[in-house]
Amino acid sequence: MTVLIGQSFTGISIGAVLLLIALGLSLTFGQMGVINMAHGEFIMSGAYTTYVLQQHLTDAGTSLLLALPAAFAVAGTLGIVLERTLIRRLYTRPLDTLLVTWGVSLLLQQLARDIFGAPNVQTSTPGWLTGRITLFGGEHPVTLSHARLFILTLAVAAVVALTLTLRLTPLGRRIRAVVQHRELAEASGIATARVDRTTFFIGSGLAGVAGVALTLVGPIGPTMGTNIIIDAFLVVVVGGIGRLRGAVVAAFALGVLQALVEYSTTVSLAKVTVLIAIVAFLQWRPQGISTVRTRSLA
Amino acid sequence: MPIARGYRLASCVLALATAAALSGCGARTGEENGDGPAAATIDTSGDTIKVGLLNSLSGTMAISEVTVRDALMLAIEEINADGGVLGKRIEPIGEDGASDWPTFAEKAGKLIQQDQVAAVFGCWTSASRKAVLPVFEQHGSLLFYPVQYEGLEQSPNIFYTGATTNQQIVPALDYLREQGVSSLYLVGSDYVFPRTANRIISAYAQAHGIEIVGEDYAPLGSTEFATIANKVEAAGADAVFNTLNGDSNVSFFKEYDAAGLTADTMPVLSVSIAEEEVKGIGTQYLTGQLTSWNYYQTTDSPANEDFVAAYQAAYGADKPTSDPMEAAYTSVYLWKEMVEQAGSFEVADVRAAADGITFDAPEGTVTVHGETQHLYKTNRIGRIEADGTISEIWTSGEPIEPDPYLTGYDWAEGLS
Amino acid sequence: MTRSRLLPLAGFALTAVALFAVAPAVLSDFRLSLLARYLCFAIVAVGIALAWGRGGMLTLGQGLFFGLGGYAMAMHLKLADAGPDGLPDFMLLYGTGGELPWWWEPFRSPVFALAAVLVLPMTLAALIGFLVFRRRVRGAYFAILSQALAAAFALLLIGQQATTGGTNGLTNFQGFFGFALADPLNKRMVYFVIAAALLAVLLITRQLFHSRYGELLVAVRDSEERVRFLGYDPALVKLAAYTVSAGMAGLAGALFVPAVGIISPALIGIVPSIQFVIGAAIGGRASLAGAALGAIAVAWAQTTLSEEFPAAWTYFQAGLFIAVIAFLPGGLASLRHHLTRRRTRATRPRPPTGTPAAEGAPA
Repeated sequence: MTVLIGQSFTGISIGAVLLLIALGLSLTFGQMGVINMAHGEFIMSGAYTTYVLQQHLTDAGTSLLLALPAAFAVAGTLGIVLERTLIRRLYTRPLDTLLVTWGVSLLLQQLARDIFGAPNVQTSTPGWLTGRITLFGGEHPVTLSHARLFILTLAVAAVVALTLTLRLTPLGRRIRAVVQHRELAEASGIATARVDRTTFFIGSGLAGVAGVALTLVGPIGPTMGTNIIIDAFLVVVVGGIGRLRGAVVAAFALGVLQALVEYSTTVSLAKVTVLIAIVAFLQWRPQGISTVRTRSLA
Repeated sequence: MPIARGYRLASCVLALATAAALSGCGARTGEENGDGPAAATIDTSGDTIKVGLLNSLSGTMAISEVTVRDALMLAIEEINADGGVLGKRIEPIGEDGASDWPTFAEKAGKLIQQDQVAAVFGCWTSASRKAVLPVFEQHGSLLFYPVQYEGLEQSPNIFYTGATTNQQIVPALDYLREQGVSSLYLVGSDYVFPRTANRIISAYAQAHGIEIVGEDYAPLGSTEFATIANKVEAAGADAVFNTLNGDSNVSFFKEYDAAGLTADTMPVLSVSIAEEEVKGIGTQYLTGQLTSWNYYQTTDSPANEDFVAAYQAAYGADKPTSDPMEAAYTSVYLWKEMVEQAGSFEVADVRAAADGITFDAPEGTVTVHGETQHLYKTNRIGRIEADGTISEIWTSGEPIEPDPYLTGYDWAEGLS
Repeated sequence: MTRSRLLPLAGFALTAVALFAVAPAVLSDFRLSLLARYLCFAIVAVGIALAWGRGGMLTLGQGLFFGLGGYAMAMHLKLADAGPDGLPDFMLLYGTGGELPWWWEPFRSPVFALAAVLVLPMTLAALIGFLVFRRRVRGAYFAILSQALAAAFALLLIGQQATTGGTNGLTNFQGFFGFALADPLNKRMVYFVIAAALLAVLLITRQLFHSRYGELLVAVRDSEERVRFLGYDPALVKLAAYTVSAGMAGLAGALFVPAVGIISPALIGIVPSIQFVIGAAIGGRASLAGAALGAIAVAWAQTTLSEEFPAAWTYFQAGLFIAVIAFLPGGLASLRHHLTRRRTRATRPRPPTGTPAAEGAPA
């Protein structure tokens, strides 16, 4: 029983990572319909930002905290450049964005390899993030590491900030208007091109933040993006288009499922189980967990 | 309407094509080609001799293989500066295996058939070696493979300059047993090396009264290790035997550290983490953990001092050297010695001259074991230090005779 | 004969001559074996042209079917090498028991294996398609779903090393239905078989394109709802195209095995599946010749660029993908349209053509 509870907590912490990497995507894919395969490389740019900052600032803690806004800016800028140069031309051909941005991801990977070298680079975890807290004592104590707790907090904070932005600010209102009916929004005087650009900036910036968080648990190298991009897409697809709530539920559900199956079987089998579960779920609800009602037929 | 006629015409073309395909058939299986086993054509016309370098410069394996390429180039430059081989300068032809096994096979074919190289140096993963093996055997060419591997192989067309299992895994188990370890947890990537290594470890454990309390595999490139760390912690073994490869190690050690497991309470002995990987994972997570190799940057030998100095002069003072790099560097020199002993670049002559060839390598003197085409190598258990170097804490003493099929070990019966 | 009928026929004859007479005469054994590999990719691309170009289904998981066909063939070749009652070499080395798994047993029969090459992928595709299209999963959802399935299949293979060869895959085949693969003459034969298969696949697909079914498929692509209102079931129309394209991928996978000598999970997962699509996209997804030539050209460019620039070829490759797909949506095949349109506009009004605008391929 305690194992079950312990694994559920592990699952939630896995879910927090999934949520962070998928959050930006749920904005760009969910709200705009852009399938950005280079999202993984935006995450990578965030991780490298942390690395570069740590090279210049000796204190791991300050550089990690500073990396959060810096990575947001770096990845967001990359996103804007991508949107302005390529994606803008492809809004009517969403599947082509998938192929084009895949090319972009190859490009960015090779670029990272040439700038930072092919091997992984290391960052250090600040002292206040090493160690862990014990939730339940006993024979099988349930524990959560500080690093995982930090990621969970970061994920929750990002979701809250994003929700508030979408709900309460004029920008959020404009974004929602464009999602629900692009032509009507345009006719009402909303500069849709500018809204697209801003949305893409925020979505890509969130990828950068995810990259900072990943330095605490994973490798930092040129190919780190490819390992996570599909997981991120699956979260968004299961979550459903246009709603953050769906992505949140999906991320934690997939994380817990993975953790529970993995404990009693193997990693491979757990991943296969999760994938099959997703296919079955989409049979039942092709539009994902929650979806926004639009006036289109689909 | 001519569509019907057009269709008939097209069918005729197709039928003819099929007939052409089936008419030109060659030898049946089991028949000889007429002139016996193939021998590679080697281009010895110019005043240079071409060799192939086959490593992944892109894709997931580039992390490790780029440094091997650098070490190979260093050896070639040194040999060329020293007058070359049989009076010819070595002309390296580099190809990118792109971390993709069919690409490795394609590039191997290109190097042998198109460039007519005298030998090829490279490959890292067992999968890439298995993919190129038929190419080398069919064309009768030579591969020098510089990485420790799972054994159970002995191709006449491959020289194995990394350790086989009885030069890396078995001594590591001997060491752990000496330290009083009586239970082990096995963690590995899901491919042939860890799976085979763990079968060997299990057989050894059974024979020596060590309990295997758990065994877990993660797909290559997997970076989520929270659950495995939980399982390891819950199992409470004396030590962990780690055969993970690549990126997975980073996540594993970060998670291991976060779970509060340390080298003092439950040491991890790794066989795929060398100095380069230590740098990529972070010494913070690794200090005190153990490794098993034949060479470390800190290995005390005159040849190693020169090697490290030359490597850092060429590629940067902060660049570490590691076991696979050393094995790659050594492999080029061994090939040179073999060729000079044979007085010829022909594969058959080189192989015939191989037995007993020695070289003062950075790891110490290595000798070629002609029958298996492996090397006699000394095993060294190392401890990872806070500055990222690995220091030797135990050694097998003298070079161990290679035994890829573990025929000399009673407990290993039935493994192969 | 009208020009529009004569042109494809002439192209077909020209392709046949190029593949059967010119290529074997001018290419070295090594280059010919590479061409054989490219032609396998071209067969997959023809299937993609059918499912994606005409049917609007972005099949990002063709690696799954390629792998099924490839493994079916490879299992037979392995068993044939091992001889009656023998075990494949990798099972002896890395397997746990001395028994052949029950699901390997039928592959001893060449007839069963050859049938499985087509039947396995097509059955699976029919099953997936039936479930997915009925629920009207389409566009990006379909693309990501098919990717997930390919990834799951690759993981499954990797995890079962004792019976599937794991990450290594299946390699080192000695014979191909009794012919020694080491003999260059037989390699040539394998090339001819592949070339013939490509021609056959091209022919079949062309017939499909120009049949009533082909028209219906394009109609479904352009407006599924409208077709539904007309009384057809769009799900069945798509299912047929998807199943046929899966069969082609399976055939290509099976032929890839003797040509290259390896089948492994590395050919099945997400990256190779995207690469299959990229070839078709660069050549021109809706054009049969475009897709086939595109696949060959991309594979050829990858070989050549990586030989010329082993360190920087990824830049060229990525640049090519981006440039063609972003700025030339119909692929290289549409270059001709762009050029002729400009010319004809200058001289006389262009007659309406039957080919649908490639640009319009919707999600």
